[in-house]
Amino acid sequence: MHMSTITYHEDHVLWTERLPGGHHWSARIQRGAVLQLQSLGQNANVAFYCVNSEDKLERYNMPDSLKGQHTAFLSTGHILASDLGRAMISIVKDDHGWNDAFCAPSTVQLIEKQFGQQTFQDARNDMYRNGKDSLLLEMTKFGLSATDLSSTLNLFSKVQPDDNGNLSYVQADNTEQVIELRFEMDCLVFLSSAPHALDNSTEYAPADVQLSLYKALPLLDADVCRDSCHQNQRAFQNNNRYYALSA
Amino acid sequence: MTALVKLEESVLSEVCPAGEAWMCEVKKGQYFRIVDLEGNQAVDTLFISASNPEERYSATDTLAINQQIYLEKGTTLYTNFGNKIASIHDDNCGRHDTLGGACSCESNTVRYAHDTYPMHSCRNNFMIALSQHPIAKRHGLNVRHIGPNINFFMNVPVTSEGHLKFDDGISAPGKYVEIKAEMDLIVLISNCPQLNNPCNAYNPTKIQLIIREGEDASHV
Repeated sequence: MHMSTITYHEDHVLWTERLPGGHHWSARIQRGAVLQLQSLGQNANVAFYCVNSEDKLERYNMPDSLKGQHTAFLSTGHILASDLGRAMISIVKDDHGWNDAFCAPSTVQLIEKQFGQQTFQDARNDMYRNGKDSLLLEMTKFGLSATDLSSTLNLFSKVQPDDNGNLSYVQADNTEQVIELRFEMDCLVFLSSAPHALDNSTEYAPADVQLSLYKALPLLDADVCRDSCHQNQRAFQNNNRYYALSA
Repeated sequence: MTALVKLEESVLSEVCPAGEAWMCEVKKGQYFRIVDLEGNQAVDTLFISASNPEERYSATDTLAINQQIYLEKGTTLYTNFGNKIASIHDDNCGRHDTLGGACSCESNTVRYAHDTYPMHSCRNNFMIALSQHPIAKRHGLNVRHIGPNINFFMNVPVTSEGHLKFDDGISAPGKYVEIKAEMDLIVLISNCPQLNNPCNAYNPTKIQLIIREGEDASHV
């Protein structure tokens, strides 16, 4: 059951940052923080990738996240699992209800095909950026490259399969929608707010996204993500081993 | 074994026992066949560019470009750079999975129980190959090159409501898939040893691997 009245973080905002539509961003986010993403416009998409900041070879693993929770998408109650059997992030709130885990970030080819081309020389900072090059740019700041970029998550975007496995992008009005990610591991986070790879709108107009960081509240006896299934409880047990000497 | 295939023009024909790692290189234009000798055997497979290992098969680029979850005859497989890496030239199984990834000791502790950790797994096979196989050594491959793989002969149905599960296989003895290499490839396989779910019908078995020249191969 979705209980939107429950909050998973303190009221005090530690910092806030406006990510303009189409732009990219990266940061270390510590365990015990909640990163809130709020769409400030209609057509938001955030290509999301993370690795363990202490051991960058531990990555978000799409197949392990999906099969562990028997789901084809990620939303409230789900975790992002690493390739070493640990919870990296808990999705404690998701107004959109379906975050696409299937599709790679948009590429220069897909953006040009759908929207045309707009370079910095033409348009200064309104140039058309794409998801993949943006993530790679941010990862390069930390010494990571295309070899290190595995599958990503597309926040605010729904891609639905039919009974034969055909995928279609489902348009929605994302205005004011909020997604909250509680970090269960110190992570390097890489974001791009460029359009989704399957975005079929006619205009390049990705929404701005407000990022806000909060301190997470302690987990309750029955946590929305840890206790949503036995698999997640065991993933959290693996986290407890990993952080055995931490509080 | 009756399902063993003998192809006249093959340049390689090997059997990979149950639960083992296997590697080879396939040249652009060659055909690479995997035969499920005894049926319902998941074959966890990675394709990596032999000329630039930073470029590799990408499940999510393939899904986004094809707008289709399942891999079947005629499917083109794409890399993380958006290039064609291989295509499914022939197949008599029906469909193959690329969402289920590879089993690992770590994910087994999450999916089943902590005491499954010592059981052999596909990720362990990948690690064995990366640490020892001459092809992996020659190309400088390491754990960074491991991404979401293809599971040939595995059945992971997804519903429109977003449910995903591991189902009984739809393969059978002698079913095969034949891949055409669209660039020079490194193939890294784990013949899946998973015993905790029906992906191998709880009975991992051997597979046959065959490479043959393409129809347009030049014999210089």
